[in-house]
Amino acid sequence: MSVLPEVAPAEPILSVNNIEVIYDHVILVLKGVSFSVPRGGIVALLGANGAGKTTTLKAISNLLHAERGEVTKGSIVFEGQQVQDLSPNQLVKRGCIQVMEGRHCFGHLSVEDNLMTGAFTRKDGAAAIKADLELVYEYFPRLKIRRASQAGYTSGGEQQMTAIGRALMSRPKMILLDEPSMGLAPQLVEEIFEIVKRLNEEQGVSFLLAEQNTNTALRYAKYGFILESGRVVLDGDAASLRQNEDVKEFYLGVGGEGRRSFRDVKHYKRRKRWLA
Amino acid sequence: MELLNVLFIKPFADMFAAPDFLLQVLWEGLVSGVLYALIALGFVLIYKSSRIFNFAQGIMVVFAALTLVGLHEAGVPALLAVPLTLLVMFGLAVAIERVVLRPLVNQPDIILFMATIGITLFLVGFGELIFGGENKVMITEQLFIPTGSFELEPFGGFLLIEQKDLTAVIGAVVLVGLLLLFLNKSKMGRAIRALGDDHQAALSVGISLSTIWVLVWFIAGIIALATGIVWGARAGVSFALEVIAYKALPVLMLGGLESVLGAILGGLAIGILEKLFEIYWGQPLLGGNTETWFAFVFALIVLLFRPQGLFGERIIERV
Repeated sequence: MSVLPEVAPAEPILSVNNIEVIYDHVILVLKGVSFSVPRGGIVALLGANGAGKTTTLKAISNLLHAERGEVTKGSIVFEGQQVQDLSPNQLVKRGCIQVMEGRHCFGHLSVEDNLMTGAFTRKDGAAAIKADLELVYEYFPRLKIRRASQAGYTSGGEQQMTAIGRALMSRPKMILLDEPSMGLAPQLVEEIFEIVKRLNEEQGVSFLLAEQNTNTALRYAKYGFILESGRVVLDGDAASLRQNEDVKEFYLGVGGEGRRSFRDVKHYKRRKRWLA
Repeated sequence: MELLNVLFIKPFADMFAAPDFLLQVLWEGLVSGVLYALIALGFVLIYKSSRIFNFAQGIMVVFAALTLVGLHEAGVPALLAVPLTLLVMFGLAVAIERVVLRPLVNQPDIILFMATIGITLFLVGFGELIFGGENKVMITEQLFIPTGSFELEPFGGFLLIEQKDLTAVIGAVVLVGLLLLFLNKSKMGRAIRALGDDHQAALSVGISLSTIWVLVWFIAGIIALATGIVWGARAGVSFALEVIAYKALPVLMLGGLESVLGAILGGLAIGILEKLFEIYWGQPLLGGNTETWFAFVFALIVLLFRPQGLFGERIIERV
């Protein structure tokens, strides 16, 4: 029995414990996924199409229900409290918000109205909301120029910025960012990720980042989890994942020397099976 | 040749020959048009925010009017009866959200549509149980709605305007104006429009479905009461009033189910066109009574050429 006060490891802001997700009562999508996000961290959730990244994010934000999905096992803990039975509205109030894949701006609303919808759950008065609007414009100067345009007519990059800005308007402690790089030019992807990094450092927002763009994601995240067919198959800090031979070959598209022969393909398959 | 004359020349000649009468026809059309627009707005708001086609809008008009008159009969002063009726409509909105909408969330649209038919049947029975089935008279005078009429003399002719109608038009315009202001400037209004654009995204930013649903059903209730008072003042309060809500259907086909502006313009267009058609084409050619079907036929013809309706919301699509 130790009498010395133990320095407890910092409690993660979000931990997902062995969750299983079933769509429509029959389709098993997540088969026991566990991971956690430290407070103030950026964690990447990586994997190919259909690996379960989006489902994981929606399970956390409770948007699954609207798609007839259900968390059937496991638990999700945000800031020390179980949240899987909360509505998205309650979760946003507690400070966890999702930016959905494909941006999902309100097309007929102006950019500024889009941003203002993010403040729906707030009760701290118009002045505070206005101040945050200016803050968002500071991070995304381009949105200020386009504030009066209908969001549906803005470019893909601007829509992604609108979507992130809209989430910021709720004063989140954590943002679940789904595929921010989708369909954007490499330069813009870089720009968006830079802003994510700044938000993380300056505003202390934690990020859970679902990405297919493994390369970029691992440069900005501190830690990564790789999903495959609904399971976490590999995890580690970003640097070590980038060095991992399998990750290099399967997700970064480098690795392997010289020309491939048929033998290498077999080798690939064999290792792939190990990964799964 | 005779037919061409009757179809294309004589009506217009008549219009020019008696411009004061034309104005009278246009005025009458405008009065019903404003009301159609109001009811259509009720449909549009509910459809936009929940993808539910609210079959119960008509019976809500009857129910609101009956409640108002019923309360007055029970001895409540008229001016107190109005806020009380609004309270009842709010209670109805909350009840519908709790009992009907919330358990059925995520069900296919057709199931929710069926549920609104259920609401309709319930309100018919419930209304009859409480207020009885006989016709009642709207408490027009007690509500200080002027009932006289005055005459104007445009073009040296004669134009009769009922003060009741004028009040209805002004009231409806004010209500529509307030509604537009609410939709465009307030936080809740913004949330309603957001919900209409992208359901999932609205959920993701924390917009609470139940709050918005109660709100739009309550707004539909307010609209129902306004329509009930105006129409009740013209035709008496009975379950037959329900039918005027179905006049909003062609308006919706024309205006598009999702467009607020479409509902307003569509309502005015239908109101005016059906009156013009009745007077200048219907009565001489078909022996009258065309108002019952004109709007539907007109909407059908428009739909042949513009399936999204005249003002259906433009689909913004970026690739």
